[in-house]
Amino acid sequence: MGLFAVCLSGCNGTQSALDVHGASAIHLKHLMLLVIWVCALVWLTVMVVLAYALLRKRRVAAEVNAGADNRATVIVSAAVGATALIIAGLTVASFYTTRLIDGDGDAAMTIAVKGEQWWWRVTYMRDGTPDFETANEIHIPVGRTVLLQLESADVVHSFWVPSLAGKQDLVPGRTNTLALRAETPGVYRGQCAEFCGIQHSHMAMSVIADDAVSFERWLADQSAESLKPAEPEATAGQAVFLGKPCAACHRVRGTPSAGTTGPDLTHVGSRDTIGAGLMERTRGSLAAWIADPQTIKPGNNMPMVPLTSDELRAVSAYMESLK
Amino acid sequence: MVLALLGWIDQPRKFRVDPAITAELDQIRLMPNGIGGAPPEIDFALGQPYENDSYNLSQGKRLYTWFGCSSCHGDGRGAAGPSFLDGWWLYGPEMVSIVASIRDGRPHGMPAFQNRMTIEQIWQLAGYVQTIGAYRAKVSAPSRNDAKHTRPSENRAPAAIIFDEGPVGVDPEQGPNP
Amino acid sequence: MADGAPRKDLRDTALDSAELDRHLTSIWHTRGGLWAAVSTVDHKIIGRRYIITAFVFLFMGGVLSLLMRLQLSQPEARFIGPDRYNQIFTMHGTNMMFLFAVPVMEAMAVYLVPLMVGTRNIAFPRLNAFSYWMFLAGGILLWVAFAIDTGPDVGWFAYVPLAGPQYGTGKRADIWAQMITFTEISALCVAVELVVTIFKQRAPGMSLDRIPLFVWSMLVTSFLVILAMPAIMIASSSLILDRLVGTHFFNPAEGGDVLLWQHLFWFFGHPEVYIIFLPAVGMASTIVATFTGRPVFGYLAMVMALISTGVLAFGLWVHHMFVAGLPRLGESFFTASSMAIAVPAGLQIFCWLATLWMGRPVFKTPLLFVVGFIITFVVGGMTGVMVASVPFDTQVHDTYFVVAHFHYVLIGGAVFPLLGAIYYWFPKITGRMMSETLGRWVFALIFAGFHLTFFPMHILGLAGMPRRVYTYQPELPWSGLNMMVSLSALVLASGFLLFAIDIFRSARNGPAAGSNPWGAATLEWATASPPRCYNFRRMPVVYSGEPLWTEDELQVASGLRVDRRELLVTAVVAATPQARESSVPHSIWPLWAAVATSIVLIWSIFTPWAVVWGSIPVAVALTGWFWPKGAPEEES
Repeated sequence: MGLFAVCLSGCNGTQSALDVHGASAIHLKHLMLLVIWVCALVWLTVMVVLAYALLRKRRVAAEVNAGADNRATVIVSAAVGATALIIAGLTVASFYTTRLIDGDGDAAMTIAVKGEQWWWRVTYMRDGTPDFETANEIHIPVGRTVLLQLESADVVHSFWVPSLAGKQDLVPGRTNTLALRAETPGVYRGQCAEFCGIQHSHMAMSVIADDAVSFERWLADQSAESLKPAEPEATAGQAVFLGKPCAACHRVRGTPSAGTTGPDLTHVGSRDTIGAGLMERTRGSLAAWIADPQTIKPGNNMPMVPLTSDELRAVSAYMESLK
Repeated sequence: MVLALLGWIDQPRKFRVDPAITAELDQIRLMPNGIGGAPPEIDFALGQPYENDSYNLSQGKRLYTWFGCSSCHGDGRGAAGPSFLDGWWLYGPEMVSIVASIRDGRPHGMPAFQNRMTIEQIWQLAGYVQTIGAYRAKVSAPSRNDAKHTRPSENRAPAAIIFDEGPVGVDPEQGPNP
Repeated sequence: MADGAPRKDLRDTALDSAELDRHLTSIWHTRGGLWAAVSTVDHKIIGRRYIITAFVFLFMGGVLSLLMRLQLSQPEARFIGPDRYNQIFTMHGTNMMFLFAVPVMEAMAVYLVPLMVGTRNIAFPRLNAFSYWMFLAGGILLWVAFAIDTGPDVGWFAYVPLAGPQYGTGKRADIWAQMITFTEISALCVAVELVVTIFKQRAPGMSLDRIPLFVWSMLVTSFLVILAMPAIMIASSSLILDRLVGTHFFNPAEGGDVLLWQHLFWFFGHPEVYIIFLPAVGMASTIVATFTGRPVFGYLAMVMALISTGVLAFGLWVHHMFVAGLPRLGESFFTASSMAIAVPAGLQIFCWLATLWMGRPVFKTPLLFVVGFIITFVVGGMTGVMVASVPFDTQVHDTYFVVAHFHYVLIGGAVFPLLGAIYYWFPKITGRMMSETLGRWVFALIFAGFHLTFFPMHILGLAGMPRRVYTYQPELPWSGLNMMVSLSALVLASGFLLFAIDIFRSARNGPAAGSNPWGAATLEWATASPPRCYNFRRMPVVYSGEPLWTEDELQVASGLRVDRRELLVTAVVAATPQARESSVPHSIWPLWAAVATSIVLIWSIFTPWAVVWGSIPVAVALTGWFWPKGAPEEES
C-alpha cells in the first residue's frame, strides 16, 4: 500500500508527464494510459499462463505426443496472431496521436530558444525580428499556440516541459521546432533532457502561462529598458556592475553594458529563479550566486569575480531592483 | 616510464580556484620593458595548469570567442592586431608576457582587460593564445573548431606551418621599443 | 613426442579407450606454467578466462552503480562531484555494454559451442586467443584511464559535439573511442570463429535442424556482430579523426552533421542489444528443455523467431532518435518496425510457456532464473512497446523510464538467463556442483532487489526525472522514490555478492558432479566434467536434436589421427563428413600480435603517426603468426 501511495505521488507535480496542462501533453497522456493498460493486461495474462504451466498437477510422464503438440501449435499460433493484432492496434493508436499533436493550429507567436551550456537563451520575436532577450523563464499566453524555434549554441540539449508537451532536441546545425499550448494558467517546470556536460542536471527552465492581460503586461515590461536604480545602494551596485567584469558578459539594456556571453539581466529581478532554475531569486541568493557561482554550480561558465562585501551588497541590491 | 606517462595524462579538473590563489596569480613580476618576467610561484606550485591542462586551454578557446579577440586578431591570423599563428611574438612567448598584454593592454590599440575578465580567465586565455602560436604542438592543445575552421588547429603546430612567412600585422610604429 | 612415439598417421581406430586417452592427452593438453598459459589455444581455457574476466568487469561496474545510487539517494547530495559522477555513469554504461554484456555471451559460446556441436576445438584457435588479449587490453585501458581521472565523461553513447574536439576536452573521449576498437575487434574475431565452427565443424549427422537452440542463437548473434560492429568502428574512428586530425565529419559549420554520429552509433547500438539478448534466449531454451524433460516446443518456430529478430534488429535504430528533429513520417516507420519485433519475441515466450506446460518442470536454480527471466523480460518488452511509439517516447525519452526499460530487458532478458546458465554449466566447467540452497537465496535476493530497484524508475521517469543527472532539486517529488531505489540496490548487490561467494566456495569444495548431473540432452554432457583437453575421445555421431535422450549409447565416428591435433570438417547443411583438418597447437604469436595492436591503438590516441610507425611491430607479429609451418595438409 505504501508503495502504491508513493507511486501516486508521481502523478502530481509541476514537472510530471501525468499532471498535464498542455494540449500536446493531454493527448500524450491519453495514449500513454491506453498503452500502459493494454500492456499491463498482456503481461498479467502471460503471468497467469506461466503460473498455471508451472504449478498445475500433472500425470506421471512428460507429454511428448503428437496430440498435445498439435493442440499447442494451434494455441501458440493463435497467441502470436493476437500479439500481432494488439501490436498493430497500438501502432495505429500511436500514429493517430502523432497526427493529433502535429495538427495543432497556427502559432500565435514565435520564440527563439537557444540552448547554451547550461542555461536557456530566450529571444522573443516580433514580426520575425528579435524583440528582446531573456533567460530560463518563458511566459506564454494561455490557450494559444506558441512556436519555439530551437537552436543550440554548443552541444545537443533537449527542451522538455512534461506538463505541456513532449521533448524536442536542440541540435547544433539545425533548427527544430516545438509547439506549446497551455490550457490552464500556471508555472510549469522543465529540464534539459539530453546530457550536455557537467551541469546538465542544473539546466532547468520554467514556462509560465499567463492569461491574456497579464501576458501583455509582462511582454511590455520585458521589452522596455531596465529600471533606473532608485536607492543609493542600487546605484552603487550599478557602478560595480559596469566597472567590474560583469558587464563584459551580461547585458542590462539601458546601460552601456553589451555582453552577450551570459544571460541578459535587464529584468532579472522579475524572474522566479536564477541559475537556470537552481535557486529561488532573492537578494540573498543573488548575492550567493555572484559571490561564488562555482560552489553552487561547479563547472559552469561564470567565473568567481573577487568583490568586497560592500560591492557584493551593492550589486545584489542592483540586481534585485531590475524588475 | 609507464607511470610517468600515466601521470602526464592525469588531468584533474579544478572548477573553483580559491580566491587566495587567484590573488596570487595577479602578482606577475614583469621586467621594466614589459617583456618577460617571473610568473608567480603559485603557477609552478599548481603545476602550470594554464599551459598544460586541456580543460583550461579549451576554456581559453571559448574565451577567445566570447571576448571578441577575433575583431582585431581575426582567427589568429591577425588583422588590426598582430597575428598569433605566425609564431612571431612581439613581447615574447612566455605566459607572463601574454598575461600582462591581456591584463594591462599594450600600445597601439590592445585594450586592458583587467576590469573585463577575472585574472583566472586571463591566464586561461593566455595559455590558449600560446598554443595558437606554438611551434611544437602540445598533446593537450585544443583541436579543430566546432564551427567554421579557417586555419590550422592548435594541436597541429600552426606556427611551424606559417613561421617562415614572417611576422604579420605589425603596427608600422611598433619599432624596436614598443 | 616421447619414447614410444606413435608412428606417423596413427588413427584412433587402432586404439582402445585408455591408450587413445593417453595419446590424445599428450597432443592436446596445455602444460602448466606461465608460457603455456599465455600461448594456449584451447577454447575451454580461453573461454573460462574470458568468462571470469567479464564477470570481474560486471562486479566493477556494479560498484559504480552503487556509487551512483549513493549520490542520487538524496536531493542535492554532495557525495560525488559532477565531473566524477559523469565519469562514473559513462564508465558504468560503457563497461557493462562493451566489457561485460557482449564479451560474456561470446565467452560462454567460446566455451560451449565446440562442445555442443561435437568438435575438439573452435575454428581459428589462435584468433580466439588474440581476441581475448584484445578484450583484456581494452578493459585495462578503460579502467586505468578512469583511475587516473581521464575516464570518459560523455555518456556511453558519446554524442557529438559533447564528445567532439571543442567540448570533449582532454583525452577522455579518445580513450572511449579507442577502447571501442579493442572490444569490437575482439567481438568480430569470436563471431567469425563461431560462424565457421557452427557451419563446418559439427558432429556427423548433426544437420541444421538438429543443432541445439543455443548454437542457433550464437550463429544468428555472430552474423549480427559481423554486420553491426563495423558501423561502430567507423563511428569511433571518425570521432578520433575529428578530434585528433581535424576532420569535419561531425562539424555542421564545415559540412558535417551532428546527427550523423547518432545514426552511425545507433545503427550499431540497436543490434548490439540483440547481440546481448539472443545468446541469453539460447541459454533459456537450453535450460527450459533440460528442466522440463522435453525438447523446446516449436523448434522451427524458435529458429525462425531468432532469425527474424536478427534481421528486424537492423531496422529499428532511429527509435533512439525520435526527438532529434527528424521528419515524423520516417520516424513513424520506425515505430512500426520497433513494435513489430515484439512478435517474434512473443513467439519465443509462447513456445517456452508451451514447453513448460507440457513438460514436468524441475525447480532447480537454473529454471528459477529462467522463470525470473520470463517475468522480468515481458515487463521490459511491454515498456519496449511503449517507448517504440513516437509520441509516447517524446515524454519518456532520456528519462528514468528508459533507464528502467533497458535494465528490465538487459538484466531480465540477459543477466537472469546468464546466471541460470552459470548454475547450469558450472558443473561441466569445473566438475563441481554449486549450492542449491545458496542458489535459491541468490535468485530471491536478485529478483526482489532488481524489481524493487528498477520498477520505481518507471514512475520517476513519468514524474519528470531526466537521465544522467548527478543530483536533483529538493522541491521535486522524487526524493522518496530515489531513496527507496538506492536502498533496494543494496539488496540487489547483496544477491550478487552471495553469488560470488557461492562461486568461490563451490569451485573449491562443491560436491563432485558427474558428466551429466542434470540429465540433459546435448552433446557437451557426454564429456567428462570438466571435459578432457581433447573434448571427445572419438567424434560422436548424432541422429536427433537430443542425442543423449534418444540414444542409450552414442555412436561414434573414428579415423582421426592421434599423432597430431586433428578434427573433423563436415558439410554445412547435412553435416556429412568431408575432411580431416589439422588444428593449430599452442602459439605465442596471438599474444604478440595483441601487444603490437594495442601499442598502435593506444599510441594513436596521441598522434596519427602512430598508425605508420606502429604498423611495423604489427607486421612483424603477423608475419610470425602466419609463417608457414611446413607440414602439408593431406587430402582425406
